[in-house]
Amino acid sequence: MILVSLDDLPLRQSALIAAINWSALSPADAKRLRELGFDEGVTVKPLHRAPFGRDPIACKVGRMTIAVRRAHASAIEVEVPVS
Amino acid sequence: MTSIPLVALVGNPNAGKSALFNALTGARQKIGNYPGVTVERHAGRLALPDGRPVELIDLPGAYSLDPSSPDEEVTRDVVTGAQAGERLPDALVVVVDAANLENHLRFTLQLIALGLPVVVALNMVDLARRDGLEIDPVALARELGVPVVPTVAVRRRGIAELKDAIGGKVTGANLREIQAGRGDGDEFDFTLDARRARAIARRAIVSETPARKFNQRIDAVALHPFFGPLLLAGLLFVMFQAVFAWSEAPMGWIEAAQGWLTSGADGTLADGYFKSFLIDGVINGVGSVLVFLPQILILFFFILLLEATGYMTRAAFLMDRLMARFGLSGSSFIPLLSSFACAIPGIMATRTIADPKDRLTTILIAPLMTCSARLPVYAIIIAAFIPNNSIGPGIGLQGVVLFALYIAGIVGAMGAAFVLRRTVAKGSSASFIMEMPKYQLPMLRDLVLGLWQRAWIFLKRAGTIIFVTTIALWALLSFPQAPEDSPLSQTEYSIAGRVADGLHVVMAPIGFNEEISLALIPAMAAREVAVSALATTYSIDESDEVQAEQSLTQQLQSRWTLPTALAFLAWFVFAPQCLSTIAVTRRETNSWRWPGFMLLYLFVLAYLAAGATYWTAVALGL
Repeated sequence: MILVSLDDLPLRQSALIAAINWSALSPADAKRLRELGFDEGVTVKPLHRAPFGRDPIACKVGRMTIAVRRAHASAIEVEVPVS
Repeated sequence: MTSIPLVALVGNPNAGKSALFNALTGARQKIGNYPGVTVERHAGRLALPDGRPVELIDLPGAYSLDPSSPDEEVTRDVVTGAQAGERLPDALVVVVDAANLENHLRFTLQLIALGLPVVVALNMVDLARRDGLEIDPVALARELGVPVVPTVAVRRRGIAELKDAIGGKVTGANLREIQAGRGDGDEFDFTLDARRARAIARRAIVSETPARKFNQRIDAVALHPFFGPLLLAGLLFVMFQAVFAWSEAPMGWIEAAQGWLTSGADGTLADGYFKSFLIDGVINGVGSVLVFLPQILILFFFILLLEATGYMTRAAFLMDRLMARFGLSGSSFIPLLSSFACAIPGIMATRTIADPKDRLTTILIAPLMTCSARLPVYAIIIAAFIPNNSIGPGIGLQGVVLFALYIAGIVGAMGAAFVLRRTVAKGSSASFIMEMPKYQLPMLRDLVLGLWQRAWIFLKRAGTIIFVTTIALWALLSFPQAPEDSPLSQTEYSIAGRVADGLHVVMAPIGFNEEISLALIPAMAAREVAVSALATTYSIDESDEVQAEQSLTQQLQSRWTLPTALAFLAWFVFAPQCLSTIAVTRRETNSWRWPGFMLLYLFVLAYLAAGATYWTAVALGL
């Protein structure tokens, strides 16, 4: 297992959320991320990056597709299985 | 107090709540407002299988009982019985997206814990199946301890069963005996609820086969770094071309009906004030605005379509980075695009923007988006002064000019946002977190219902504000009557003409004539009134029988120069000519400070833009 930030996870690579640095996010952003299913142990997979600056990122979280900014993604640490 | 049971529809955003509401109530809906807030209250009636009536309300979508917006606050207050002007519901129908069970069940658990009778509508089971997901409703009902009814709201499936289940919850026996158990959301342990919801979902899901990647395949194009923006630009261009191209025939019918009414009234009524009032004030005044209903409906049709298919959030995603340059975020894109139809729903839609400074900026620039009320103004001036030439296959010059006016509004808005975010709305940079719902083929019926509601609101406006201001203007223009030997025309002699004289001093330098100065006053009520005001003015001034039969277009062509027409267009790109927008800004920002600021900066911009256009056009010899 290796730990990387969600922002560094390649597109279409599934990973498990290992830890979320909630204090790096504004309280409103943290609340919205929780409501949309971001939690430790949840599967996440980046699907698309927007044109112009590869920001925001559309991620599959559980069964939903959620758009987040790179700033949010870098506060989320994910576990990637080493093949 | 009424004895009809009250049932509330609750659920996460994108659970298909509104479609279910339409399926349950049909077209028998009433849209009002909750007192003190601008949140819309959608209510309707449904008949249970045994014939008993039930009042159904559709609550705003929410993620939890811990509100982050005025909409979510209303949802919480209604289900806890704390909302002023609303009684505690007798039962809740919790709408859950079957393909998104884990997430939506968390809110369901919160709602069940309130203690009200609950029925769960397991909605969009067809889309879940498309994704290879099979759910056992019986197991889910057992886990939750409440009835679960599988539904496909957009296809009207499971509706009879859902009505049965609602009937079982609003029997006379349990009415009014239940009190809400828990009053507020603070007591919930969010993470615990979320994990419980995921565990329940795991037990209710029977099988999960690898999904057919339907959404991913569309997104591969729609969110493609190159084709995505191209598709968005193409869609917007088609939308604005369609507004002109598709509306020609129905506009012709409305004009024909107006002509038929005018000649009918002309032939049957004796000359006098009443006839002048009916023809100049009512038929021509209101008719000149009504004729733009087809264009407004086409625009709303596209916006409703983009929203219902799920494309709108993709557009927000594509636009986020670009908007970030001006200190905004993709979340502002949806309110701003809605503002193309009308700034009022656009400003109300800013409630989904979490950051207050970001939201304020979006509110302040929303009136710069070209709303449908400007269409009548643009359309009449373009029709009169821009030749109907084709400049390429399927591309007309008139459409291109209209497109340019829209672009001018957008560029103005972005410039304003850039300045506002560095001055009066300074703050941390905006954030962007957004759910991207699954693509869906919308039902024509839901689109037609949405359009009908918009049309009804527009007709009510035409019937009230526009009617009243047109009548008032007719009166101001008709009195006092100019004597036979007066060198002044009736308009110049009237009360309105004398008021316009004063305003004209300010407006003359930017090329505005007296009739425009005059039309700007009633157009404060609503922009489209400018057209009916011009129509009323010119039709009152015409005593000559032949000239009276000239259309407003011909009147404008003979009385305005091209630079004046262009300056008038530029004015309407920026001018805050709409009292309803000012009023809704006052409500949404809770003070007079921001609407006051909005009025001031937009009028200054409008004056400068119109002036610059006029002076440039004159210098170029147009």
